[in-house]
Amino acid sequence: MPTIHFVLKDGNTRSVDAPIGQSVMEAAILNNVRGIDAECGGCASCATCHVYVDPAYFERLPEPDDMERELLEGVAAERRPTSRLSCQIALVAELDGLVIHVPATQA
Amino acid sequence: MSPLSSTPPTLAIVGASYAGVQLAASARDAGFDGRILMFGDEPHLPYQRPPLSKGLLTGKTTVAALALKSADFYREARIEHVPDMRVSHIDPAAHRLTLADGSTLAWDWLALATGARCRALPMPGAGLQGVHALRSLDDALALDEAAHKGKRVCVIGGGFIGLEVAAALAGRGLEVTVVELGSRLLSRAVTPEISRFVASLHAAHCVRVLCNSAVQAIHGHAGKVSAVELESGECLGCDLVVAGIGVVPNDELARAAGIVCANGIVTDALGRTSAPGVLAIGDCAATPNPHAAEPDTPLRLESIQVANDLARAAASLIAGQPQACIAVPWFWSDQYDAKLQMAGLMSPTDDVVVRGDPASGRFSVFCLRDGCIAAVQTVSRPADHMLGRKLVAARTAIAADTLADPDFDPRTLIPR
Repeated sequence: MPTIHFVLKDGNTRSVDAPIGQSVMEAAILNNVRGIDAECGGCASCATCHVYVDPAYFERLPEPDDMERELLEGVAAERRPTSRLSCQIALVAELDGLVIHVPATQA
Repeated sequence: MSPLSSTPPTLAIVGASYAGVQLAASARDAGFDGRILMFGDEPHLPYQRPPLSKGLLTGKTTVAALALKSADFYREARIEHVPDMRVSHIDPAAHRLTLADGSTLAWDWLALATGARCRALPMPGAGLQGVHALRSLDDALALDEAAHKGKRVCVIGGGFIGLEVAAALAGRGLEVTVVELGSRLLSRAVTPEISRFVASLHAAHCVRVLCNSAVQAIHGHAGKVSAVELESGECLGCDLVVAGIGVVPNDELARAAGIVCANGIVTDALGRTSAPGVLAIGDCAATPNPHAAEPDTPLRLESIQVANDLARAAASLIAGQPQACIAVPWFWSDQYDAKLQMAGLMSPTDDVVVRGDPASGRFSVFCLRDGCIAAVQTVSRPADHMLGRKLVAARTAIAADTLADPDFDPRTLIPR
């Protein structure tokens, strides 16, 4: 199982193991990682599961699709080049060790 | 805090879905340090409902992925979730409630987050085997199982639930007919432009949509549904019926306690009901909404956003730093590959500006009221939706012909 390291708002890191195929958002919710709201439950409608992907891993992700790219225009926290919606990042073996930074706010 | 409060104070929440969970979580986050009990009438941990009519029926979502929060969340936040436990009576004057098992609980704050239930089909045959409604996880699992054996389904009601079920089941190869009483689909929630698009979308997926059609009776053989008879006389053969004809608020506890109700438990923008110390949030609450065409009339909106935002407002009250709910309403629907997103509340008398070509499957409808953007409804244009929420919040003024110009960029309207 790939391990994801969530860097929380308070600077602490929470590491969780999540099965391949699960989204980073689902892994966060099911492991009680604070700061990822996911109001729409992961169907790319709300942009409240916004995260910053650590640059070392960002390039390994498939490009965001048009829907995600458009939703990223509306995130509540600062949008950065490494901004993604965590509901759209599916875990694969190569993402083991993925570092995710939780943004300051989702609303 | 109420004058009756003991130490530590107790927040009792009746209902364990979006509103109840959000209230519990936000009250804790805001510093409420008392006891929080949340009573649910289902055996499950609180779960996500939108996928029940979407991903769960199409196989994209599994039951395990539906948890709204992990079990650890409730433990860490000291939220006592009591499953399978109905509250049978509330006494606002005595600040007590009675549970179905006969025990009683004293509370300082009581929040009614009792939700709504599916309106029952009124016609003969509604009790036949094969007639389904969809609200709960158990409803969805039953429908999913029935759809495995079903071939022809009749969906009664062309609202969001009915149409999402129609899309999901058509995608599974069932022959689907949607019967709608009104003259167009989704008439309460969207503009005619969106209704037309949705109707064409379903037609393109071989779903038959019958508007202006009333159901006379549901017929069956040996206790199982076999056909839906319309008032026109037409008989639609089917082995599955899904009713999506709206919901009624679960306001019985409030009514019995003498709390003011009008199509829901009437509250202010902090969730306060007519009884001191008693709050109502979520689908059961009717709350004046500053973004509605009639902002002073209590309005019951069935959406996750309203459930969350009114719950946050109620939590701020409980924590002693009241911040009224003024959020722009938004909601969404996924049907086939189309993403419908609505920001703000449209009114039938709004002026309408369409941007983009509906035939392309990607367009936006701007609703103008008194010269200001009151609602934005989009099909597969999430950027316009996110922009729309800001423009509606700011009540942005714009001339219709300016907005209608394809070369005009509405992003320039964002208030700085």
